[in-house]
Amino acid sequence: MTPFTTLTGVAAPLPLANVDTDKIIPSRFLKTIERKGLGRAAFADLRFNDDGSEKPEFVLNQEPYRHAEILVTHENFGCGSSREHAPWALLDFGIRCVIAPDFADIFHNNSFKNGILPIRLSREICDRLMEDARMGANARLSVDLARQVVIRPNGEEIPFEVDPLRKHRLLNGLDDIGETMQRATVIQGFEEKQRAAQPWLYG
Amino acid sequence: MSATKPRTLFDKIWDAHVVETMPDGTALLYIDRHLVHEVTSPQAFEGLRTAGRRVHRLDGTFAVTDHNVPTDATRFTGIREPESALQVATLEKNVAEFGVTYIPLDDARQGIVHIVGPELGISLPGMTIVCGDSHTSTHGALGAMAFGIGTSEVEHVLATQTLLQKPAKNMRVTVNGTLGFGCTAKDIVLAIIGRIGTAGGTGHVIEYAGEAIRALDMAGRMTICNMSIEAGARAGMIAPDETTFDYVRTRPMAPKGEALERAIAWWSTLPSDEGAHFDREVVLDAADIAPMVSWGTSPEDVLPITGNVPDPEAADDEARRTQLRRMVEYMGLVPGQRLEDLKVDAVFLGSCTNGRIEDIRAAAAVMKGRRVAEGVRAMVVPGSGLVKQQAEAEGLDVIMKEAGFEWREAGCSMCLGMNPDRLQPGQRCASTSNRNFEGRQGKGARTHLLSPAMAAAAAITGHLTDVREMMSRHGARETML
Repeated sequence: MTPFTTLTGVAAPLPLANVDTDKIIPSRFLKTIERKGLGRAAFADLRFNDDGSEKPEFVLNQEPYRHAEILVTHENFGCGSSREHAPWALLDFGIRCVIAPDFADIFHNNSFKNGILPIRLSREICDRLMEDARMGANARLSVDLARQVVIRPNGEEIPFEVDPLRKHRLLNGLDDIGETMQRATVIQGFEEKQRAAQPWLYG
Repeated sequence: MSATKPRTLFDKIWDAHVVETMPDGTALLYIDRHLVHEVTSPQAFEGLRTAGRRVHRLDGTFAVTDHNVPTDATRFTGIREPESALQVATLEKNVAEFGVTYIPLDDARQGIVHIVGPELGISLPGMTIVCGDSHTSTHGALGAMAFGIGTSEVEHVLATQTLLQKPAKNMRVTVNGTLGFGCTAKDIVLAIIGRIGTAGGTGHVIEYAGEAIRALDMAGRMTICNMSIEAGARAGMIAPDETTFDYVRTRPMAPKGEALERAIAWWSTLPSDEGAHFDREVVLDAADIAPMVSWGTSPEDVLPITGNVPDPEAADDEARRTQLRRMVEYMGLVPGQRLEDLKVDAVFLGSCTNGRIEDIRAAAAVMKGRRVAEGVRAMVVPGSGLVKQQAEAEGLDVIMKEAGFEWREAGCSMCLGMNPDRLQPGQRCASTSNRNFEGRQGKGARTHLLSPAMAAAAAITGHLTDVREMMSRHGARETML
């Protein structure tokens, strides 16, 4: 996983609540056996007409938001299915950070596993960042994960919360599985105890 | 956690599965059962292969194909959509290479992963169960802790049989009283989501309790737990009781004899203790619940069938007004219009929400001796091959086919647009599935979520219909009750 340390980039305003995973990536694009190449599918039904042409009114089809690395949006982003194709599509499009009042749980988890930082901030602050985002390329946002701050174009720093373990792994680009496998003896000990108490779980 | 502190059902299953707790409170949680399907697993197996890792617990891992598979005979002769065929072939290659138990497409036990797990006794009370699919919450009906995960987590479980998890908060939804005539588990869960909203359960595990939940059979309980994710909850659960144990006793892969009695003794200790703390409580009265139908593009946008399309301009804030305007436009509605006046092009009976034998029986009770309206495409897609067999043994296939329904093979079908069963843009569908998102049943498709009995009623009249009227008029009432 690519580490996430600091990011300065164009933020795209997406003032919608309940952006579900079918919106982020429609199910017809889930028929891939790879993680890569899904950027074209990101928000496909909002971005493209039936003939493949762009819908000019959609924010990610506009300059400078085609190059957005941050998304500022509303409540319950990523609700719906567990498809990790949603963060894969965002990442392949170029988005490394999503800022919203809250996120659906599975999407929130999936983002961290892919080097995308989801930041929860109050609706009021999101609305202010949304205004910054509307100013386009002249108003880049910065994110400093180590210091846990979003830096507005006017220099104001907005602190955010992040789980310490996730922060550590994101900063260092650590692979969860490798870390867990180092706990193999502890897992084996758990299994021995469980097998003795609940033998029907083992076959 | 001290042994004397009253604990919830969720707390007890959680505590029994913590391998280790990290300093920040993150737990390494042991996973008893991992269900795998073709869509969210290819990249996970590829990850294992690249790292030279094996599957940690072959006796706890089960695979089946469901999302992509056609529900007609082409599934046996070769899947036509090349990408779907590749995903199915990739799963088959992976299970062979890694030695995972697999239920092939031509096996009668094949079906939707969330129908198959409980039906075969792979999923049992007290377990932690995961699958790369958000509707894994279904299995919580057994009194298990079951939740959907992403592909990175699928790989994590394959490699280690564990997951890194922060404890969830506890929420209890109590449904008191008795359900009214013509109302079902689907109406309960739609009413709950309508009440708490699509993010109402975020960060929580919901335990469903109360007289109306206790009175449900396992199929109804699964319907309710299935849609917990539509309320944003991490999982939904119902405490195991005699109904649960009777169900488990007849499952082929469940423990038998002394092992079963020992298991039941443990499962009987799982219900939430008196005085256990819930972070949030919601109470509904079953008598207030009418047959429900969704009108918008989020599962929280539901109304009783007797309702009218809301007026977006009546909403409190501009963001909500914009959202509602978009929904009304997408769904092709007129504010104030009666929901019963909405004509449907298709009726879909199936999915992990309502693809069980009890659901087909409920629809058949309404359809018996009646016809699908002219111009309506109606299909029954049993949730598994075993459900299909059982329905055929009861003659339900004959009732449904004579009525004009298509009688198909098991799979996810028209619940999501990943296989040939899709709607055309603008088509309106009365659907027993779980999501009414834009484009869910095909690009531009319009979904109205409802119960199997309500789906049958819509099939007969060709528009959304209050099933209670049809039941009292034609004497189906006895069959339903």
